[in-house]
Amino acid sequence: MIKAVLVLNTQGKPRLAKFYEFRPVEKQQELIRNVFSVLCSRAENVSNFVDAESIYGQDARLVYKHFATLYFVFIFDSSENELAMLDLIQVFVETLDKCFRNVCELDVVYNYSKMHSILDEIIIGGQVLETSSTEVIKAIEELSRLEAASNSINLVPKSVSGWRAR
Amino acid sequence: MNPFSMGTSLRDMIRAIRACKTAAEERAVVRKECASIRDAINENDPDYRHRNIAKLMFIHMLGYPTHFGQMECLKLIASPGFPEKRIGYLGLMLLLDERQEVLMLVTNSLKQDLNHTNQYIVGLALCALGNICSAEMARDLAPEVERLMQFRDPNIRKKAALCSIRIIKKVPDLAENFVNPAASLLREKHHGVLISGVQLCTELCKVNSDALEYFRKKCTEGVVKTLKDLANSPYAPEYDIAGITDPFLHIRLVKLLRVLGEGDADASDSMNDILAQVATKTESNKVAGNAILYECVQTIMSIEDNGGLRVLAINILGKFLSNRDNNIRYVALNMLMKAVIVDAQAVQRHRATILECVKDADASIRKRALDLVYVLVNESNVKPLTKELIDYLEVSDQDFKGDLTAKICSIVAKFSPEKIWYIDQMLKVLSEAGNFVKDETWHAFIVVISNASELQGYTVRALYKAIQTSTGQESFVRVAVWCIGEYGEMLVNNIGMLDIEDPITVTESDAVDVVETTIKCHSLDLTTKAMALVALLKLSSRFPSCSERIKEIIIQYKGNFVLELQQRSLEFNSIIAKHQNIRSALVERMPVLDEATFVGRRAGSLTDTASTPARPSVNLPNGVSKPSASPLVDLLDLSSDDAPAPSSSGSDILQDLLGVDLSPASQQSGAGHAPKSGTDALLDLLSIGSPTAQSSPSTIDMLSSSMNGKTPVSPLDDLSSLSLSARATSNAGAAPVMDLLDGFASNPPKHEDKGPEYPSITAHESSSLRMTFSFSKQPENPQTTVIQATFTNLSSNAYTDFVFQAAVPKFLQLHLEPASGNTLPASGNGSITQSMRVTNSQHGKKSLVMRLRIAYKVDGQAKLEEGQISNFPRGL
Repeated sequence: MIKAVLVLNTQGKPRLAKFYEFRPVEKQQELIRNVFSVLCSRAENVSNFVDAESIYGQDARLVYKHFATLYFVFIFDSSENELAMLDLIQVFVETLDKCFRNVCELDVVYNYSKMHSILDEIIIGGQVLETSSTEVIKAIEELSRLEAASNSINLVPKSVSGWRAR
Repeated sequence: MNPFSMGTSLRDMIRAIRACKTAAEERAVVRKECASIRDAINENDPDYRHRNIAKLMFIHMLGYPTHFGQMECLKLIASPGFPEKRIGYLGLMLLLDERQEVLMLVTNSLKQDLNHTNQYIVGLALCALGNICSAEMARDLAPEVERLMQFRDPNIRKKAALCSIRIIKKVPDLAENFVNPAASLLREKHHGVLISGVQLCTELCKVNSDALEYFRKKCTEGVVKTLKDLANSPYAPEYDIAGITDPFLHIRLVKLLRVLGEGDADASDSMNDILAQVATKTESNKVAGNAILYECVQTIMSIEDNGGLRVLAINILGKFLSNRDNNIRYVALNMLMKAVIVDAQAVQRHRATILECVKDADASIRKRALDLVYVLVNESNVKPLTKELIDYLEVSDQDFKGDLTAKICSIVAKFSPEKIWYIDQMLKVLSEAGNFVKDETWHAFIVVISNASELQGYTVRALYKAIQTSTGQESFVRVAVWCIGEYGEMLVNNIGMLDIEDPITVTESDAVDVVETTIKCHSLDLTTKAMALVALLKLSSRFPSCSERIKEIIIQYKGNFVLELQQRSLEFNSIIAKHQNIRSALVERMPVLDEATFVGRRAGSLTDTASTPARPSVNLPNGVSKPSASPLVDLLDLSSDDAPAPSSSGSDILQDLLGVDLSPASQQSGAGHAPKSGTDALLDLLSIGSPTAQSSPSTIDMLSSSMNGKTPVSPLDDLSSLSLSARATSNAGAAPVMDLLDGFASNPPKHEDKGPEYPSITAHESSSLRMTFSFSKQPENPQTTVIQATFTNLSSNAYTDFVFQAAVPKFLQLHLEPASGNTLPASGNGSITQSMRVTNSQHGKKSLVMRLRIAYKVDGQAKLEEGQISNFPRGL
């Protein structure tokens, strides 16, 4: 089972944090800090696996991938295949790339809830839901379409903020 | 701020937070945002609810409290619009957890949404349920989820399948409801549904043995066929990763086969062919292909034995090991670790490659490889492996040395074919990475040296040679200094020369030079310096010609700022100056410690580390304490009868032997007794005991324990306290040295070898009465001790109306059983027994203590005896 999905930037700021097992907020932050301190000390050409037992507890493994200014981190237990998790990170990143057209850190920051929606189409409750980025994007597009179609009040704040931003 | 808008937009908030230069600025921005969100919540304004929760999600990620937004999430979920529901569910998953009662309120909304006509809303609800479902929700909503597994849209079916996993994990009783729908998912053609269906089946097999049986019987064949079709299927671009067809489905299917095949020969048999096909045909030049191979190897290792397949699997791992990709090597090492248990021989073939991985640049790989090498060591390969590891020790990273040293020491201790080899290897490790060697390891090394009388000369000469070049390693210096002190004359006279040695010329003053350099070296710590002082004292007797010079060195420390060194200096000086007659006896060689006992004790103490008090000792920073008795302290058993309760500190045999016990071990005890002062009194006392077995380190030990005593040093205080704790502990051990001096004690503890765990003690003895205690414990209840008290009449008159009473401090609970009688015949012609049960709530922290009162009548005359028992064996 996947226990957590984290996206951190190279300064250690969390950009996405999703825990599939309950953890109090303070623990989550502590974990993020610990993960970052391990990741930033690793060299460029080493393996993508880190023993996470000291960070997350018994039987925890961690796999990460480094893209530009972001670390994508999956924490999971021994029932998952490490190499498959590495591929899953790839799927997640590919999906983001297709959604945002060359994803960058700013996209991730400003589209926080969309990131969550995408992740929810890939993983539910720590289990892998879908591994095809095309399928995921189809689902996300449906959501966006519905969102736009419904006569929503969220147009109001947008216009207000647009007016204020000037 | 704009008076018409409720705070800023999400984008503006993120922008403001990003613009913060310091954490304090960020806190201020977040505080302001939270305040305005709270206001909005209080006004119950529905228009901005959606945006506020989106903001709170972001704030939550940054680690700020957001609990006040929980109810808003519920309101959003209950609202009809899709965007509101979407944010509501996202917020629910992030801001809430299954422990919170708010979750009870959401069940109804979830139920409605699971039955919603809009399938995307159903999807949102399923997703939320899959992430945060609690046991109560699982029971309430399981029928809906079960129904949705047959929903027409595949996207809902796959979500429902994963949601069911959460449900059966929360409430395993519900598993049987899901078996049939799960089995039908295995026949799905839709990729996503199939993958989640396979996962659901795997989980069902884990939580429910009936389900496992069912799937094994009905579905094994189907799964094998699906995998076969998949392996033979043509290219399918949408699920393709780097040219491998749908690796995820491959992996999930192979994993399900593992669950089905484990422990069942028939099922294992039916999947052999396809596993062999996957293992041989999958391309291994891509991560995705290797992921499948890796899963396949795991399955082959877990299912029922098939020799051919296993060889294939181990060979795949061997191939992984030589792969250039670090990730592949990492998983190979992981897997070999498991394979060792199944087939150690096959793994041994890859030993050389694994050893190379220990030297890898990647810390993750190094650690795995080292663990694996450790498992692979046996008697036949220990020598070359150790050589490789020690060679590597020289060049390894600092942060890897700790692990590496610990493993080497453990290997060397476990498999050493002969003592001289062990000594050689330990010397190398200590001189190379002594700072990483744990205290108990070099303690054990010293025990081995002291036992190997024929190798002592060799060892001390080797140490002498090595210390000329290596002085930075603390524990190496300690061992060297200790050996030079103990075996100094062997060093200078080339005693016990082995054939392989080159003779060396060392003068007495050379040996003293080494110790002097040590004591003057600023980088070495107090313990080492104290050991060096002891070594000097010993050498002063072994090398009479250097006696004056040693005295000069020692006297330099009489004004040292460190009390410990100052005190040692003064005492040793007085021993050298005034007590020539007993000096040689004082500094005799340490009695040999029994290796087996020491190792056994160490094992024992390691197992109950948790329950024993970690003494505040300077040189045991890792908290490994040793609860065992100290024979050496026992040597000084000059028993004082009426001393207060002993401190709970343990006396560690080796600490005392080495004279390095700098901890204020006995600080709680003894103050205020026999307030005489002056070293002379102490020395007199020491010389009462045995002229042969006394040794200076123990003297030091006693003295050092007075470190914490206030004002004038009154060694007698410590003597009384020490002998007291000696009595308290003397019964626990069985080292032969222990009894040496018991005869001199005024009130010797009796050793009875009956109890396997705790020997009996004489709890109370007067001219007229003796009371012995024997102990027993139930292993499952370590706190409780059953004490069997036996009373014996030592006088010539019979006692009547015999009553024994006992009282214990608050941390103990005492339950007295009725006594076997109330008359005690004269002259030991019979006894009364009485058992009691003591429960120690501070077990492992405090020892037992007990006050007693014994009333009886002799010829109608009432007598009363009182006392305190503080010599209970440790660990009760």
